[in-house]
Amino acid sequence: MNKGSNYKFIPREFKLVAEDCPLLQRQVYGKPLVYLDNAAMTQMPKQVVEAMVKFYYNFNANVHRGIHYLSEEATDAYENARKNVASFINAPHPSNVIFTKNSTESINLIAYTWARKFLAPRDEVLLSIMEHHSNLVPWQQIAKEVGAKLVYIYLTNDGLVDLEDIEKKLKSGRVKLITITHMSNVIGTIVPLEEVVKLGHDNGAIVVVDGAQGAAHLGVDVKGLDVDFYAFSGYKMLGPTGIGVLYGKAKHLDEMPPFNFGGSMIRSVGLYESTWAEPAQKFEGGTPNIGGAIGLSAAIDYLRAFSMEKLHRREQELLHYCFERLKTVPGLRIYGPPPDKRGGIISFSIEGIHPHDISTILDREGVAVRAGHHCAEPLHDYLGISSSVRVSFYLYNQEYEIDALIDALMVARRVFGYVSTT
Amino acid sequence: MSLLRDIYTQVILDHYRKPRNKGELDDATHMSRCDNPLCGDKVFLWLKVEDEKIVDVKFAGNGCAISQASASIMTQMIKGKTCQEALKLKDSFREMLLEKDYQPDIKVLGELIALEGVKKLHARVKCAVCAWHALDSALKGEAEVSTEKKDMLSAPIEAEGEVELAEWEKEI
Repeated sequence: MNKGSNYKFIPREFKLVAEDCPLLQRQVYGKPLVYLDNAAMTQMPKQVVEAMVKFYYNFNANVHRGIHYLSEEATDAYENARKNVASFINAPHPSNVIFTKNSTESINLIAYTWARKFLAPRDEVLLSIMEHHSNLVPWQQIAKEVGAKLVYIYLTNDGLVDLEDIEKKLKSGRVKLITITHMSNVIGTIVPLEEVVKLGHDNGAIVVVDGAQGAAHLGVDVKGLDVDFYAFSGYKMLGPTGIGVLYGKAKHLDEMPPFNFGGSMIRSVGLYESTWAEPAQKFEGGTPNIGGAIGLSAAIDYLRAFSMEKLHRREQELLHYCFERLKTVPGLRIYGPPPDKRGGIISFSIEGIHPHDISTILDREGVAVRAGHHCAEPLHDYLGISSSVRVSFYLYNQEYEIDALIDALMVARRVFGYVSTT
Repeated sequence: MSLLRDIYTQVILDHYRKPRNKGELDDATHMSRCDNPLCGDKVFLWLKVEDEKIVDVKFAGNGCAISQASASIMTQMIKGKTCQEALKLKDSFREMLLEKDYQPDIKVLGELIALEGVKKLHARVKCAVCAWHALDSALKGEAEVSTEKKDMLSAPIEAEGEVELAEWEKEI
């Protein structure tokens, strides 16, 4: 691709991942696809799709119901998926792991159950200015409903979470809940959860973490971090859509009312009263996404073959390389912290070319990125911009794809009449 | 590159860099704002209407080359037109972007023809019609609108005379 490329040695195992993902072999507009929109959706390796196909072809049956052979196989596979998720995030017990549709539903579950029961008028919910709408809008709504107040935590000049600001805002003595992302979906900032959790707990607040990016890019030890809740999605970590997870501490899950009422989540049903099943089933009313859970479990197995530490190190290489190359594009501005303080996400803008136009031109060059506010309008307002271009990596991306990105950005400059100066 | 040149025409880039009628109108009689929730862009539009005629118009907001050029050209073209004429132009513009075999008439559409290439970019048609949504809602007396509003983009063009029934509908 780019002859000026000076990319380093690519570990063979990471290179193999791209070969495992059929989608990554395709072309768009006659050009090889360069897929850099992983913060929105990752691509599934064959192993993940095959695990789901195996379920649909061989033991597609409802769970926790039939006494027949297929139902037992399906139940085992579904509950093994739960065990696998629990061990991936180091949850104390599989019953701490609730399967949901995605992170958004996981967070809504906390808002509708825990927050509705435990938040009182004038209580405060502390959240950061860089939250994804999924970890913001549910809290706006529940705060209105119960008469609680949202209080925002701002960032340091480097785009990091301002821990002093958290300390200051906790002094009100009214904060019942801190909800924060593990890793920003726009500027990639990694949040020091240990400190945040300690601050929260020392001040009587529970800590909810939006792990949509964190679980996928950094991995998590929920027990070690002592977080109260942790939410994430399958499709951002090589899994399918329609499956997500909510981890919750047992003491909270026991106290919380159910979320969806119906089948599966009951112990016994009378004409006018019912009693509830134990967690996690208490929160999984209706037939769950069994195939999705099996797919997510296969994705976790796939990721484990690399280890999350290794994945993070690999993303660090890509980030450093991409930062260096982006600096060669005139008028380009990167938002957020330096590479070593973030996960594999970079958002930027180029003077004189709107992010939407950049994205259209990149697309025609085969490079898939995201343009817009990435479901984080308040963060963009805070940064003083209305939108940005976002590139996001995963374990199959390689340095030559970053070269293709840079070439495509130069095309954008030419289309807009800027003479390339490099 | 040539396809990109078809979309990012000189006319579009010129209006993007030097938007006409940009600013606010102090004595506006109509005002509206259109949000594009997909990208967060907004177009604000002020109109001064006297005796059913648009005597002055200004727009504001940040947006991509396509939305800004469309707004800029629109303001130039509707100034001096009656409200009815402006809405008719909106219909022609919409047809150019959405009708498969539409043959645009340069006498009607003027510089708007420069935006015809946007037709090839489904995801960007919303950028091109944003200002026109604002025009439509301003004239209806609504203060805000979104590009997700259905009646302008998705609704079928009103058929003249009787609507033909689909095969399955006849059977019912």
